[in-house]
Amino acid sequence: MQNVNWVALTIFVLLFGFITWLGFAAANWRKGDLDQLHEWGLGGRRFGTIVTWFLVGGDLYTAYTFIAVPALAFGAGAIAFFAVPYTIMIYPILFLVFPRLWNVCNKHGYITAGDFVRGRFGNRWLALAVAVTGIVATMPYIALQLVGIQVVIGAMGVSGTGFVADLPLIIAFVILAAFTYSSGLRAPASIAIVKDILIYITAFAAVIIIPIELGGFGKIFAAVPVQKLLLAVPGPTTTGAYGVYATLALGSALALFLYPHSLTGILSASSGHAIRRNAAMLPSYSFMLGLLALIGFFAIAAGVSGLPEYGAGFKQFGNNFAVPALFLHSFPSWFVGIAFAAIGIGALVPAAIMSIAAANLYTRNIHREFINKKPSDKQEAQMAKWVSLIVKLGALVFILFIPTQYAIQLQLLGGIWIIQTLPAVMLGVYTRWFNDWALLVGWAVGTVAGTTMAVVMNLTPSYPVALGGYTFPGYTAFYTLILNLLLAVILTPVFNALGTKRKSIDETVTADYYA
Amino acid sequence: MYRGFVTMNKTQKKSGGWSWWYLLFAIQFVIALWPPFYNKAEPYWMGIPFFYWSQLLFVIVAAVLTAVVYFATDD
Repeated sequence: MQNVNWVALTIFVLLFGFITWLGFAAANWRKGDLDQLHEWGLGGRRFGTIVTWFLVGGDLYTAYTFIAVPALAFGAGAIAFFAVPYTIMIYPILFLVFPRLWNVCNKHGYITAGDFVRGRFGNRWLALAVAVTGIVATMPYIALQLVGIQVVIGAMGVSGTGFVADLPLIIAFVILAAFTYSSGLRAPASIAIVKDILIYITAFAAVIIIPIELGGFGKIFAAVPVQKLLLAVPGPTTTGAYGVYATLALGSALALFLYPHSLTGILSASSGHAIRRNAAMLPSYSFMLGLLALIGFFAIAAGVSGLPEYGAGFKQFGNNFAVPALFLHSFPSWFVGIAFAAIGIGALVPAAIMSIAAANLYTRNIHREFINKKPSDKQEAQMAKWVSLIVKLGALVFILFIPTQYAIQLQLLGGIWIIQTLPAVMLGVYTRWFNDWALLVGWAVGTVAGTTMAVVMNLTPSYPVALGGYTFPGYTAFYTLILNLLLAVILTPVFNALGTKRKSIDETVTADYYA
Repeated sequence: MYRGFVTMNKTQKKSGGWSWWYLLFAIQFVIALWPPFYNKAEPYWMGIPFFYWSQLLFVIVAAVLTAVVYFATDD
């Protein structure tokens, strides 16, 4: 504990204290009966356009995003900018699909994607597949948020051995768990406002001040090695880096809103209209994400990885230490405190929403479906509160006892898994044409194939598909989604012909999807 | 405001059907997904290679297009 940055740490702790108070006070915000699951887990579906904007923005752009996207630019260069086309594409998807989903969920009291699939396709096994996929994909994502907190705490010089080393993270975790338990979704919704303001201040300060310190963008890009500056131009028989870039962007964009925490944020809006308006307003975050990716290049130009004072940090956290090191190098201590608090609080908001979303899935689509079929409202809400604690505890144990690299790799697999729910959820919003068992087979094959391909490629995101002498390297999640869809399309008429007797019931009608 | 052409259900007066304005979204997808459009360093702007500033600029263009679709399909 010799090199603690006390000024930064004090500001960090003060801001953390403030959002802790806010998280508990939020229980009384737009007051509702927190013994009902839709009040605890969806904030009573009462958030208007502005709160939804903060909540969804705070939810999607996580602490890990702020650390990992610049870290990828720092390490791998231009490919990290796939985050920009990705973020361009997510809002048309939000605009087109999710107001319809909101309408039908509101009409039938659905709280999760599993609820919707259960109602739409009348198949509880398909709903179970959606729920389990959502929970399993979310767990490593929560763990990565805790990594974000770990990195900034380490960067402030707080260190120790054994239990003492883990104490700050455990304190942050207890705060998170307590206010989520008591206030439900209202807590991250209110904290998201503080988080987003801090993140905006930090991002703009970084993008304006650091280039001035470094002598302008010309000098920064001159310091970036040539092979990192642009995508490698593909050879004659391959789509090369272009294909990887485009499929990473598209696959990630398609997967994003299938994550339970995204859907929880969206369903808490007060109307489908508020979602459409948000799809038009949220791109302001996209611009910031692009600026943040550039910060990775600032770190190259500042040469932080070669400075002895950051050696230990890079050794412990790898490229993820690039952003904290750059901030320590470029900002006065008091502003480092604000910037690190932005990242730390930026971890709590999504982590809270993720644990709530996972809890909703377990409660609705596993517990109520298979264990206790007739819970009272109070029992259901209580179950969700307990599960949210268990989910977070699991993430904490994961981070404390298992190497960070595993969490990153599992998060990568999570993207491959969650995209397999697209046909049932996103296409299900538009059509009931698919046979439910065909969707289940498509999901299973896509999941197994995607996991296998990722393992074969040593848990890197892209896979080189070879066809007729050409090679198409691309995002594994995207390729396996195509496989999944093909199977669902081919098997639907087959299964329909085989099992005409027991056709599953669709409890929704066309009008449910409109405002 | 102009109302989108509704094919799913002619009697539906509310949003949710198809609108030709949605083609503006298709433009966003095509440009975003075609790296040959922007994978070059020249021309620089304020020292930033084309690859980076063009995509950032396109974020703004896409936001404007999305806003246009929003207002055009709004009731």
